[in-house]
Amino acid sequence: MYFGLSEDQIFFQDNIKKFLEENSSVDILRKIAADDRTFAKDIHDGIVNLGINGLLVPEEFGGLGLDILFAAAISESLGYGAGATPFIGSYVMAPIAIIDGGSDKQKQNYLTKVASNEVKFGVGFSALTGARDDSEIQIKGNKISGRSLFVLDYEYATHFLISDINGCIGIIDAQANGIDLVELKTIDRTRNVCELILKNVDFEILEQTKNSKNTAEKVIDAGRIMLAADSLGAAQNMINKAVDYAKERKQFGRAIGSFQAVKHMCAEMVAELEPCYALVWHAAHAQKHMPNEARLMACQAKSHLSDVTKEVAKKSTEVHGGMGFTDLLGLHYWFKRIGLNRQLLGTPERVREEAALLQLN
Amino acid sequence: MDLHYSKEYLDFEKEVKAFCKKYDGVTFTDASKNPLASSSSKKKKIQVTRSEWQKILIEQGYFARAVPKEYGGYGGEPDILKSRIIATEFSKAKTPAPMGGQGIDMLVPTLLEMGTQEQKEKYIKPTLHGEMIWCQGYSEPNAGSDLAALQTKGELIDGEWVINGQKIWTSTAQYSQMMFCLVRTEPEAQKHAGISYLLIPMDSEGIEVRPLVDMTMKAGFNEVFFTDVKIPETNIVGKRGEGWAVANATLGHERGSLAPPDAIMNRLNMLIDLMKQEKLDGKPLIEHSIYRDRLMKIQGKVMASQSHALRLLSAKLNPGQDVKVGKMIQKLVGTELRHELEGLAIDVMGEIGVLYEDSPHLRDKGSWQFIYMYFLGLIIGGGTSQIQKNIISERGLGLPKEPKVQGAQ
Repeated sequence: MYFGLSEDQIFFQDNIKKFLEENSSVDILRKIAADDRTFAKDIHDGIVNLGINGLLVPEEFGGLGLDILFAAAISESLGYGAGATPFIGSYVMAPIAIIDGGSDKQKQNYLTKVASNEVKFGVGFSALTGARDDSEIQIKGNKISGRSLFVLDYEYATHFLISDINGCIGIIDAQANGIDLVELKTIDRTRNVCELILKNVDFEILEQTKNSKNTAEKVIDAGRIMLAADSLGAAQNMINKAVDYAKERKQFGRAIGSFQAVKHMCAEMVAELEPCYALVWHAAHAQKHMPNEARLMACQAKSHLSDVTKEVAKKSTEVHGGMGFTDLLGLHYWFKRIGLNRQLLGTPERVREEAALLQLN
Repeated sequence: MDLHYSKEYLDFEKEVKAFCKKYDGVTFTDASKNPLASSSSKKKKIQVTRSEWQKILIEQGYFARAVPKEYGGYGGEPDILKSRIIATEFSKAKTPAPMGGQGIDMLVPTLLEMGTQEQKEKYIKPTLHGEMIWCQGYSEPNAGSDLAALQTKGELIDGEWVINGQKIWTSTAQYSQMMFCLVRTEPEAQKHAGISYLLIPMDSEGIEVRPLVDMTMKAGFNEVFFTDVKIPETNIVGKRGEGWAVANATLGHERGSLAPPDAIMNRLNMLIDLMKQEKLDGKPLIEHSIYRDRLMKIQGKVMASQSHALRLLSAKLNPGQDVKVGKMIQKLVGTELRHELEGLAIDVMGEIGVLYEDSPHLRDKGSWQFIYMYFLGLIIGGGTSQIQKNIISERGLGLPKEPKVQGAQ
């Protein structure tokens, strides 16, 4: 019995953390936030070189054939380093959708190209995880029309994977006629989100998703675990920064970390966040090994992490005093990353409601 | 990640399940005085005394597993995973757990580690068998969080310790046969170095026990007064002035045992059942979205604490697995979460939730209110939440200690 990450998973995490430490300083993050996308491109290329694109793609299609726990470990390290790269949509949700919902031909066609990095997906599932007034998708035959809001990882996308409200998932080519792509600016400039306005665009429906929500649910569960893991890493980084600052910064002739008002905030953050590691790992593990609990654990991981990390983001900023509020320190890049994760793929209240319904029915 | 048990443990799990089935509905002829002791189901099949139950569990290897046979234990190798399986299966089947209490949880491990041969032989067996109940004499009116400030005095006169002073928060003192007690025996020594760990028979002349009624309206605690109480010189564990180190070994045992992870899962399931059964304005509570959201929130926290317990278990089984501050947070998180869960049950019941004792319309024997209040006691006892935060931040995160007030020791 072993509950935790494997040596391989930790090794992969360390590689990503090291890469981001060396290539994604706060100065670089600031440039990316000011729309200097060449830096974001460098980070993306570097991370892809580490092999994340083929992570979940089965070996028979040229990928690494790893599981969701492995992906969660990586998501955590990307959150830790505020990695400005597509991941959750392009390299987790999209391959899972195709593995689970695609025909043999679709798998052969798309998975091999994800593994070789020729195809990159932007992913739009918000119709299913919280459809707002402004969004609406209609699928007629093999055409799609309407508006897909909050499409993740669009920046380098060659294709988009879109779900309607019934969990019917299909692929559109980014070059196809009838697509109007509008960039959305969120608080978090390390990730990119757009809306797609679609007019009668060619839509290749994933075979198994025509009449079943199962694939869409698996994709969303995995996406939620990734967001939880990303927030976990981001929050841990914020705590580490707060603790370091509390040891260095002196007021009234002593380190502020010696005041109980400050040290107790640090202890509270750790006490809340530490059990989150186990919850995220357990939920990720469940996706493959505990099918009866997989959905519930994914919902609970997403909503619980959203709440805990929101609080950590706030408290760790407060520990820094006025400096925490400035752009000088750049702490806000992690604050914003946590803020975006919280709302994506279902707000905590909405996800908890799903968790309740799972248990009531 | 590998959550499978090997064959040895799967077999053991089967064996424990069979045992629980055999003793399904076992009841005690001598009902425990501890209101929190696990109660059994209605089917009255097998009746035993508490002490007989202890012996059955020891024979089976389900209790006192690693305590040598000569001291009344099972005499096996310690096996964390088996202990975990026993706890889980007992909890699932509502089989009564072995007796706990400060003698078993704290004194026995301490004596095994630091007691003399004579002390081990004399005390461990009756304690494990539930025939010798112990209380812990640590806190004093002016030594709570700052325990090492204790002032109860012990002087060695003519081969006997003569003890004077007062202890407080002494659980179960009113029916204990023995007390393990921290006493200042070296008044000239520095604060922590002046304390000794003594074993005091509670029927000694000069001991007065006054029950201290707590907010649950049960007398769980006592004040204990010592006036020229005389005990043999040999009733000391460790050497003179080493009592602080001896006590710290046992405090470690207490913090581990305060919040067992299986209990909270059972209570959460009880709460879910309650919310399915109870109606508000004609609609089951679980269908009221606001209450349901609060339930789901608590469930998320409970799931996190359950998964975390697995991670800690794994770290015990796999030396080298790093859990960092993971262990230090357990007392804080476990007691606060349980208090919150019990409090939610009260909130969803509304006016029904404030009924108490033997009131009409009471639900679940009033256990939600009782445990809600009881856990506030546990949040404070055994090192308050604030002391826990000091421990986490200073020992876990390396933040500097608060400077000592000038003139204080």
